[in-house]
Amino acid sequence: MLPSELKAEQFSAYPPGSKALAREYVETLRDLPLSFVPGLLRELIEYDYKFPAERRALEKELNNLAKLSTDDRKQWMQGFASISTSSKLEHFDWINLPAQFVEQLSAHLWATHQLDAFRAAATSYADRLNAAVPPQEPVIPRLGIAVIGEGVDSYSEPLFRKLRPHGAYFSKVNPENGLDVLLDAVAERAKKHGGDYLHWYIDGGEPGAYDKTITGVSYERLEPVRNALLQKMHSELTKPGMGPEMLRTVMAELRPADLGMTSSDPVLARFQVKVLTEGSGTQIFSTSFAQWAAREALRRAQPVTLLVRFAPRQRQKPMSEMLAPNAERPELDPVGSLVDADMGAYYNWINQQRLPGGEKSSFLAWFEGHNTAVLIGPTVPRGTESSDPTTMKQMLSWIS
Amino acid sequence: MRRLETLSDQIARTRREFLRDATGVALGSTLLRSPLARAASLPRNKKVVVITFGGGARDQETFAPEGQENVPNMLRDLIPRASFFTQVVNHGILGHYVATASLATGAYETFNNFASVAPENPTVFEYYRKDLKRPSSDTWVVAPSNGFNRIGESSHRSYGMGLGARVILPKHLLTAAMSSGHTDYEHLLRDNYETPYFTPELAGGGEVELQQLEDLLKLSVTDFKAHARTLSSPDELSVYIARQLMRQVAPSLLWITMHDIDIAHAGTYSLYVEGIRRTDRLCTEVWKMIESEPEYAGKTTLLVLPDFGRDADGDPGGNGFQHHRTGDPLSRTTWLMALGPGIREGVVHDRPVDSTDLVPTIGSIFGFSANYSQGKPIQEIA
Repeated sequence: MLPSELKAEQFSAYPPGSKALAREYVETLRDLPLSFVPGLLRELIEYDYKFPAERRALEKELNNLAKLSTDDRKQWMQGFASISTSSKLEHFDWINLPAQFVEQLSAHLWATHQLDAFRAAATSYADRLNAAVPPQEPVIPRLGIAVIGEGVDSYSEPLFRKLRPHGAYFSKVNPENGLDVLLDAVAERAKKHGGDYLHWYIDGGEPGAYDKTITGVSYERLEPVRNALLQKMHSELTKPGMGPEMLRTVMAELRPADLGMTSSDPVLARFQVKVLTEGSGTQIFSTSFAQWAAREALRRAQPVTLLVRFAPRQRQKPMSEMLAPNAERPELDPVGSLVDADMGAYYNWINQQRLPGGEKSSFLAWFEGHNTAVLIGPTVPRGTESSDPTTMKQMLSWIS
Repeated sequence: MRRLETLSDQIARTRREFLRDATGVALGSTLLRSPLARAASLPRNKKVVVITFGGGARDQETFAPEGQENVPNMLRDLIPRASFFTQVVNHGILGHYVATASLATGAYETFNNFASVAPENPTVFEYYRKDLKRPSSDTWVVAPSNGFNRIGESSHRSYGMGLGARVILPKHLLTAAMSSGHTDYEHLLRDNYETPYFTPELAGGGEVELQQLEDLLKLSVTDFKAHARTLSSPDELSVYIARQLMRQVAPSLLWITMHDIDIAHAGTYSLYVEGIRRTDRLCTEVWKMIESEPEYAGKTTLLVLPDFGRDADGDPGGNGFQHHRTGDPLSRTTWLMALGPGIREGVVHDRPVDSTDLVPTIGSIFGFSANYSQGKPIQEIA
């Protein structure tokens, strides 16, 4: 079916908040092309499990689309309307399975050489939306922190090569109690500028002690969930006719309870499951988990403080072996993990800078237990180096 | 498309400037040469070896200035002897099997990347064999994973059945060679990283049977297993098999598909870079094999190119090096290196070349016509 045939009762399987929102805007949705609507529904169907920043953005987007005149809406949708779909896509249950539809649409765009046209339409739409509904500035300038290299005694190659041009490199940082100082700084910000999901701590291993006002995610503490997921994947793979698309569908439908997760915070539980089921490599490599969790936290929750600590990942083995649930402790690769984390820290900074208020944001990356760090911020001179002795507290004071 | 062309051109310029500084190569447009002179320098009994530098490597980790540390062997040993094309644009689907199949047919294939299907358009192997009446033993594909087992032969009704290349899947061969546990060889049997949970079942295709290890490659199962134990990755295993093929069968058209680099999908940058460094070394090893094997020395053209790149760090739709999903210019723009008799050495060509130009170029070298290809011969090579 096409969006023009949409009826309010067709959203009956949606969670309560999503259902109400979909029904409120059903008339607007009817006026939008098939290449666009499922992408919007993919967000809408998750409304009940979204972070506050995402909810606000979705409400504003729908409100904006509803307010547009018919002619304006046509203009905004011109690029999407020119995308030709297929009968197979039209017959897909895109109302109840919008994420799976988007995946099918993506394959269709590649196969019909329409990907560039779709990208252009999406970029043009995002530009218009940003102009009409400017994204909300953060309550305080953002601070990102990356701690890399846990378990590495010495490393002679240069670190932070991609971050250094954007800030100052310090080679005599006192590492004493470094992680505690950083966690205290996050807690202090959380207490001063409270709010749901505004201050995060993601750890690729076992986390240090942190204040309860901080939203915490840990690879190590998710071990039972990861094992349940690997078990599930394993059993699905043995089913006849199972292929990658079908497995992705199965994984996309997994909920926290399916993986034995009990949490008083359904939004955060859903976030963690999504990191594990939608991220590539997040189930088996702690460095991939930390980087992807950080990317998704920034994109979705838009925190004002994010501390990410990368921990050693397991050494590479055949993928089939890594994906098999295994009670044995894996052999670790600390140096390889440091290289992963160095790049991961750079990606964290890029993802932070994409958010509103990037020009006021700051970033600190530190080689854990060692003397080197990079500091980036509006008042920090770019591409500079300092060999003066300094402390973590001093560095934080320069960007606060 | 304008943006893609502009950005591809910028990427090409960066590569050119770097190569000029690093290796002292010259710009191709300043070195025009008579096609007759080139024809006179070409040997008889020509051979072509194609290596796909796979699966998916970005500029910044290879031929951009910051990537040079990862490709020292190619910079030192190959670039000064090669014609290097800085702007090879892939306009097709950026999935490894479908993109490699498109390279092999010279037409953008549109099948499901994860399906075990044959390409729809005739492959370079079929053109070669049908037009030049060559036996199947003269064209071989060494492919990294079971998903590539159908790449040697298309479903095209004018070509297809019985006209394709022999396909050898070293990992499949190794699995077959192991009568008991895998313990010593697991590092050589890594799965398809793009879909780590799934490997298509083997069906059809022309993969070599186990007994052919001895008949064709003159390798006993024991020797094969013993040597495999000394190798560190699936691509090393592929190059080892390629070496045996070159020595024992000496095919005129040999296609080697590398894939170690695709570990990037797991999000581990160190393993991705390690894959690039290994592939750099293996490409140079293949060239040394060409130069040292009497059947190949002096009459072989080596063509090295990635199937495509990977997403740019700055594209919000992707996650940098990890995937190739956005279709952005960096993921579509790659390079091509050509070495061999009659090919200008130490020359860089900036002009845009299409991924589909590879097959017609090989056609010009051998003297067959790639009728269904969407590309055109690269004059500087063909």
